[in-house]
Amino acid sequence: MAINVIIKPTFDVERVRQDFPILSEEVYGKPLVYFDSGASAQKPRAVIDAISTVYETEYANVHRGVHYLSQKATDAMEAAREIVRAFINARDIREVIFVRGATEGINLVASSWGRQNLSAGDEIILSVMEHHSNIVPWQLIAEQTGAVLKVVPISDDGALDMNAYADLMSDKTKMVAITHVSNALGTITPVEEIIRIAHERGVPVLLDGCQAAPHMVLDMQALDVDFYVFSGHKIYGPSGIGVLYGKSELLEAMPPYHGGGEMIDVVTFEKTTYADLPFKFEAGTPHISGIIGMGAGIEYINGLGLDNIAAHEHDLLEYGTAKLSEINSLKMIGTAPEKAAILSFVLETVHPHDVGTILDREGIAVRTGHHCAQPVMDRYDIAATIRASIGMYNTRKEIDVLVAGLGRVQEIFGQ
Amino acid sequence: MNDGLTDLYQEVILDHSRNPRNFGPAEEADRTARGNNPLCGDRVTVFLNLDGDEISDAQFDARGCAISLASASMMTEMIKGKSVAEAKALFEKFHALVTGKNGVGASPDLAELETLSGVKNFPTRIKCATLAWHAMVAALDGADEDVKTE
Repeated sequence: MAINVIIKPTFDVERVRQDFPILSEEVYGKPLVYFDSGASAQKPRAVIDAISTVYETEYANVHRGVHYLSQKATDAMEAAREIVRAFINARDIREVIFVRGATEGINLVASSWGRQNLSAGDEIILSVMEHHSNIVPWQLIAEQTGAVLKVVPISDDGALDMNAYADLMSDKTKMVAITHVSNALGTITPVEEIIRIAHERGVPVLLDGCQAAPHMVLDMQALDVDFYVFSGHKIYGPSGIGVLYGKSELLEAMPPYHGGGEMIDVVTFEKTTYADLPFKFEAGTPHISGIIGMGAGIEYINGLGLDNIAAHEHDLLEYGTAKLSEINSLKMIGTAPEKAAILSFVLETVHPHDVGTILDREGIAVRTGHHCAQPVMDRYDIAATIRASIGMYNTRKEIDVLVAGLGRVQEIFGQ
Repeated sequence: MNDGLTDLYQEVILDHSRNPRNFGPAEEADRTARGNNPLCGDRVTVFLNLDGDEISDAQFDARGCAISLASASMMTEMIKGKSVAEAKALFEKFHALVTGKNGVGASPDLAELETLSGVKNFPTRIKCATLAWHAMVAALDGADEDVKTE
């Protein structure tokens, strides 16, 4: 009888930290404590090496050359597309469009899909906790088409008001564009329910997955989402590269966004026909090393297991919430029951900017400000918060350093 | 521990930020200008009254960090009674102070503003210190548009 030994993978954060060279840097003579992964994550050696390897051994322009290196670079880039497809469980590799980042992905959909499908009086549903990148592109297309934005409110804890969402849905609704995880509050939105309600009326849904992709397993087919965007640099890959997922039937019906090379079939001055998906939306020479680097980032995540990463981060979120809540003058902003990786808070009498400066001198990198989400700051009647966002390499000890740093803030401000 | 923080957050600065002078919207002002820091969402409005060429009254309303509030508070105290040219010249000196371009030695004109010299060691905070001043100059120049630090 064969004995199958199943070794449950465990997440060893100290070993993970060894993979990130920057984490051994010092800041003002103190160990770096990096709590700004929500803005941009640090890069593991595997990603740094993958990018170097591209330029050292396999770099040339893609999809056009007959020569050896061009083919090698093309193969590496298309292998990365398959890595992305599997990562989000898209049905078809042609549904994976490389863009500069989530921002470009949303602009692409708003512009290309919007020009074709929106007219005066049509409604686009967003939430009040959207990042500016999921507000402004829709405002731009609304200005051009006469469409109107409708905003789903949140409750005081930062949870999406699903009754209001259902009420906003009408015959005029043409698109729902909502965040999967709020970058300012950490709220995980009930995306299955959002999509179900929209699809009952035949309305497509775009999800901004920037803050979700690093922290939870994604499944485009199970979600049945119409468009999904995320950025490479938040999933431990390079900046300047991201992904737009779209259902092929929607993408096929949409006009190109940018015109140029690589997105064409035949060009004459009379008429140009366009390439098939995904190239129709990938005009110009792509960010070749970025794509390959992003693929390496995803493979690194896969090696650790996103479930293991999520469990580790959830432990830190709970530990951090408990520790921070012990501080008297501290108020958490965003306490929804379903949250991921974000500790956003304010101190009663010290402005977030002053807190950020003092923490910086302790070697602690946090983000202070409105987090490109001014409407949700207005919702809480605050200008800014202090945001500690958690990545796979953070530790409980670092939470303790953060809490001690906040002690120094109170000391300096005489509290 | 000398990491610049105790220079940056001197007691006089904390006092101005907790109890800003000349604070609150003015009911009537000859000149008004708003400053906006899109980076952090901080806002300041400066209200000036002019008697001929002299700034007879200065007030401000703001939401912001300790540095921006203290700077605005001190500014309103300092420019009262000054001519338009003197107020602008004071900003030049103050700007040099917080950007570390004033060389060695203090300028007696700066008086209490000297306490903000620690800002020069925190480049990301220079805009906090100068926001109200930019708005003040815009108000004097009668600019219609909001002043931005970006």
